[in-house]
Amino acid sequence: MFESLTEKLTKAMKSLRGETRLTEKNIEDALREVRMALLEADVHVQVARTFLQRVKEKALAQGPDGKGTVVLDGLNPAQQFIDIVYQELTEIMGGTAPEHPLDFASKPPTVVMMVGLQGAGKTTTCGKLAKFLKKLGRSPLLVPADIQRPAAVEQLHVVAQDAGVPSYRTDSKDPVAICKAAVEEARIKGWDTVILDTAGRLHLDEQLMNELVRIQEGTQPNEILFVADAMTGQDAVRSATAFHEKLGLTGVILTKTDGDTRGGAAFSIKHATGRPIKFVGEGEKLDDFQRFHPDRMAQRILGMGDVLTLIEQAKDKIDEKEAEAMAQKLVKNQFTLEDMRSQLQQVKKMGSMQKLIGMLPGMGQMKAQIESVVTDKRMTHLEAILNSMTPRERANHNLLDAKRKRRIAAGAGRPVHEINQLLKQFLEMKKMMGQMKDPRFMKRMAAMKNMPGMPKMPF
Amino acid sequence: MGLFGNLFDKFKQGLQRTQELVLAPMQRLLGLRRLDEDQLLELEDLLLQADLGLHAVERLMERLRFEMKRNAEIDPKAVLKDELLKILRQVPSRPLEAKGTQVVLLVGVNGVGKTTTLGKLASHLKSRGEDVLVVAGDTFRAAAIDQLELWGERAGVPVIRNQMGGDPAAIAFDGATSAQAKGTPWVLIDTAGRLHTKDHLMRELDKIHRSLQKVIPEAPHRVILVMDATTGQNGLVQAEAFKAAAGITDLVLTKLDGSAKGGVVVPILERMKLPIAFVGVGEGVDDLIPFDPEAFVDGLLSA
Ligand SMILES: Nc1nc2c(ncn2[C@@H]2O[C@H](COP(=O)(O)OP(=O)(O)OP(=O)(O)O)[C@@H](O)[C@H]2O)c(=O)[nH]1
Ligand SMILES: [Mg+2]
Repeated sequence: MFESLTEKLTKAMKSLRGETRLTEKNIEDALREVRMALLEADVHVQVARTFLQRVKEKALAQGPDGKGTVVLDGLNPAQQFIDIVYQELTEIMGGTAPEHPLDFASKPPTVVMMVGLQGAGKTTTCGKLAKFLKKLGRSPLLVPADIQRPAAVEQLHVVAQDAGVPSYRTDSKDPVAICKAAVEEARIKGWDTVILDTAGRLHLDEQLMNELVRIQEGTQPNEILFVADAMTGQDAVRSATAFHEKLGLTGVILTKTDGDTRGGAAFSIKHATGRPIKFVGEGEKLDDFQRFHPDRMAQRILGMGDVLTLIEQAKDKIDEKEAEAMAQKLVKNQFTLEDMRSQLQQVKKMGSMQKLIGMLPGMGQMKAQIESVVTDKRMTHLEAILNSMTPRERANHNLLDAKRKRRIAAGAGRPVHEINQLLKQFLEMKKMMGQMKDPRFMKRMAAMKNMPGMPKMPF
Repeated sequence: MGLFGNLFDKFKQGLQRTQELVLAPMQRLLGLRRLDEDQLLELEDLLLQADLGLHAVERLMERLRFEMKRNAEIDPKAVLKDELLKILRQVPSRPLEAKGTQVVLLVGVNGVGKTTTLGKLASHLKSRGEDVLVVAGDTFRAAAIDQLELWGERAGVPVIRNQMGGDPAAIAFDGATSAQAKGTPWVLIDTAGRLHTKDHLMRELDKIHRSLQKVIPEAPHRVILVMDATTGQNGLVQAEAFKAAAGITDLVLTKLDGSAKGGVVVPILERMKLPIAFVGVGEGVDDLIPFDPEAFVDGLLSA
């Protein structure tokens, strides 16, 4: 849908190659493009303005002699500029993550209060957080304080069960009383973390906002987390600010990041409240939940793709050596059908295809390409076809003549044209991967590798 | 005389300044008769804050510039309203008219208000004296069926369901079959929230379509995309994906009782020529009202 910022900038700034300093004039176009990228990503207009002003000042005053930043060899001013934008955005979004995801009380129980607008995803997030904490060895208690929405209480009980944690049961219809009693019960029974699922409400609703204040006064939470939908537009600033002014938030959880939204709301909220974004929800399953990584979010907002998440996740589940070898092959363009097959298998290990694709860099064309190759059902077919080839055939696709194709088709139970299709896609992938040899691409990757806080890259 | 003239001018100036301070920025700008470059930029920023998106705002600014070239004085508010209404009135909303058995499918991303909208809609139709059958097509989210059943109770209409994790297409089929046999005029189908990027979930909508069509070839008669007014520019991608996967026929914009303006429907309607059937303005049974383009535009232009 969107052309990535890097692509746009490269186009717009071709003529500027060879200039050695960032100047007001040569970053003018880049500034405009970045502004557009931020707005397309739903960063609040005012936030974008303040941010760009800051970046501009920084860019122009950063050189060793106080003059404009020196453009590194091999980069054009736009690329140099975007790098500053990226660094700055990452910095503002949170720098490095704190050691502890939550501020745990020295004397249990720790009380975590979840607040937010209707439909943001609080209830599901409660379950995810509980499961996350359970894995850390804590024992959470979930408390249904949403007596507003039909069946919200029931939903929380189910979610608690899925997460394998207890939920507080009561006949009370008073959210304040429920929360207080639940905290008391946790104290007695030794649950060390109490998570309060409050009803979604509009910040404009004075009465319901005051109810939150009463819950806060009654339970003295250690954390008040604002749960926000990543697809939120400009309104994010207004709602987050209102909740923050009323309650004094301690952090933010961003939900539904598994879609294709650029998620500028994250930046707006961080900017408006100054509070850290602590977690992101990235799917409907309780395990689809992670600590927030400012660098990844910055890349996403700028449309640079989420290369790092992809790599880290891959590293979790794929043997690292295998990944290394694969990367070598990619670089040398020795990618074979055998590799395609083992990739498919690895991808299957890693879970849903869509999710993986969603994390690939915004190289529009490549993404569309891969998407067309690997919708989930087709994967099974592709694998069947690849399995029906001999190792020699997989090592050398040139062997595949009409006769062999017919044999493979029969073996896989797929029509011959699907074999041809697969070959075509294989060749396209091979070609795309060949492009990764492009020194500029490698340079970019190398630059990322050397940034502080970055995981080691397999290539 | 001169003195009075001076005083009067001062007074007027003072008044203007007060007005500038007191009036919301958008009101102030729209009250001007000509806008200079700075004021245009300021207006542009304010319009962007309504989630109209870069493209639509550009279109609006062009129209303003065009009018200012042709006329010494303009009424910016009238100009913007005219341009926005042109987009919003392209496709007038079609009323819900009972005719045989009409099947309505509600779709959208997670948490936008599908189930609530369905509950309100059921109640609205029921209060017109028309029978409704509600189908619990969200068999995925925890307690989604219980939630829908409570709405069914509120509206006084039956809810047909199968167990959690069941096949939504099968229950939709059952609903359509039963409604047709009994001559029930309305079948409202709730679906699980799904992100438009998840192909397998989007294909599930197609499966629901096909199983409905086995019973009633024209079904579903309406496919309503429910969208949350707080949605940013991603709404455009959502609408396109749901159009492609589920052939949406109408939009419902929810949560307009909040501070979000719902401006993203402007680029959506500009591109996709869809009507907005209703807007949601609260969590109560009656908080679903017909879309009024003029009132909506007034909302967009008040900041
Ligand atoms: N203020 C306000 N809240 C609304 C409106 N419509 C729905 N809601 C609330 O938004 C929340 C989510 O609504 P649901 O109807 O459960 O949304 P859904 O799309 O069915 O959600 P999933 O099925 O989980 O995807 C609930 O708390 C509703 O009460 C509205 O017009 N205004
Ligand atoms: Mg629902």
